Amino acid sequence: MRVKPSWTLFAAASGLAAAPAAANAAELSVSVEIPRLSVAEYHRPYVALWIENADQAAVKTLAVWYDIKLKNNEGNTWLKDMRQWWRKAGRSLTMPADGISGPTKAPGKHQVTFSGAQVAGLAPGQYALVVEASREVGGREVVRVPFTWPPKGPARPAQAAGTAELGAVVVTAKP
Amino acid sequence: MSALRFAAVAALLGVALAPTAAQAHRSWLAPSATVLSGAQPWVTVDGAVSNTLFYADHVPMRLEGVKAVGPDGAPVAIQNGATGKYRSTFDVQLANPGTYKIANVSESAMASYKQGGETKRWRGPVGQLTTALPKDATEVQVTYSSRRVETFVTAGAPNTTALKAEGKGLELEPITHPNDLVASEKARFRLLSDGKPAAGVEVEIVLGGVRYREKGPELKVTTGADGVFEVTWPEAGLWWLEATVQGADASGARKSSGYVATLEVLPD
Repeated sequence: MRVKPSWTLFAAASGLAAAPAAANAAELSVSVEIPRLSVAEYHRPYVALWIENADQAAVKTLAVWYDIKLKNNEGNTWLKDMRQWWRKAGRSLTMPADGISGPTKAPGKHQVTFSGAQVAGLAPGQYALVVEASREVGGREVVRVPFTWPPKGPARPAQAAGTAELGAVVVTAKP
Repeated sequence: MSALRFAAVAALLGVALAPTAAQAHRSWLAPSATVLSGAQPWVTVDGAVSNTLFYADHVPMRLEGVKAVGPDGAPVAIQNGATGKYRSTFDVQLANPGTYKIANVSESAMASYKQGGETKRWRGPVGQLTTALPKDATEVQVTYSSRRVETFVTAGAPNTTALKAEGKGLELEPITHPNDLVASEKARFRLLSDGKPAAGVEVEIVLGGVRYREKGPELKVTTGADGVFEVTWPEAGLWWLEATVQGADASGARKSSGYVATLEVLPD
């Protein structure tokens, strides 16, 4: 699946001057919308959130939402269906992983915030927050949203949206 | 290929040239998945010789020569093997993370000779060649034929131990890992003949599922001096790759080596 980088940048309307802050005080706020689908057999999607550098190489997996409570880690069987994440990062990780593994999410908007400590080690530069969703008896979709790290100046939310398995993904890097 | 069919083809050609016969009938191993996650996953594999990739429409692959090698280079059991009318099927459990090579390796010898003015032929295992021919055979022409049909599957992160070439017959030495293929990226492989780069060999690459298309896509690429060839995948899918080389050894015997791989190319 090819993903069109059709994002929109919103200039923050805040008039407040952002105080310079150390990178570890900064945070990355992500809103992921899982669309409500009218299908005969619905299963919540498996979703992976990770950070890619300018070469589209994965530098950090932030979260993976999947069936973490099945016995014998049977949920791991379908992690490979998040194909891009699996190839770039997942296959080299041991799952479940502390601070990364989480349960699947219901349709709706999900706000997650990653602290500066969680994204520690990112060299200053351009990145993309990538979200990949894969649904049992359903499809797969990848959405990329660019951001700059460490964030400087007023927080500027960036957004991209999927067309089938993902709704809007909004990324805000806050100083 | 059935023994009968082989005999018929060989008789027509005068000598045994297995690859010629194989152009009409393609040997393949088709795994149920090539990229797997989770603990100790299984793959089920179909093996057949067919006209249409990957539909079993001719004869089953015989399982006697099928072997699997695990991520540590040690043999892995072929389980639940069964041979039906059109295809064989078996399972392999990927008990440890890493890459597995599943291969059907066959070697045979063919001899044509004259006995009392009459031309005769024999085909069988290489080891029986010396005892199989009558003592008064003259004008003996021997052809050694080796054939390797392979596929690859990986649980978790891929590794390369099982991919190591054995240095015998025609083999594929992956430069791009065979379980790391995506449609948007070019793949490179090296073809080896008896462990040495096989230069100037034509490699045919065909996408499966031809039943639902008029034709192809089919690619032909030629190996360079270093045996390397590069593939730009027109699309994702299960691809079939074949190459053959023919030559002669120091004793004047003909050699025919064939290589086939089934490779899964995933969408981005």
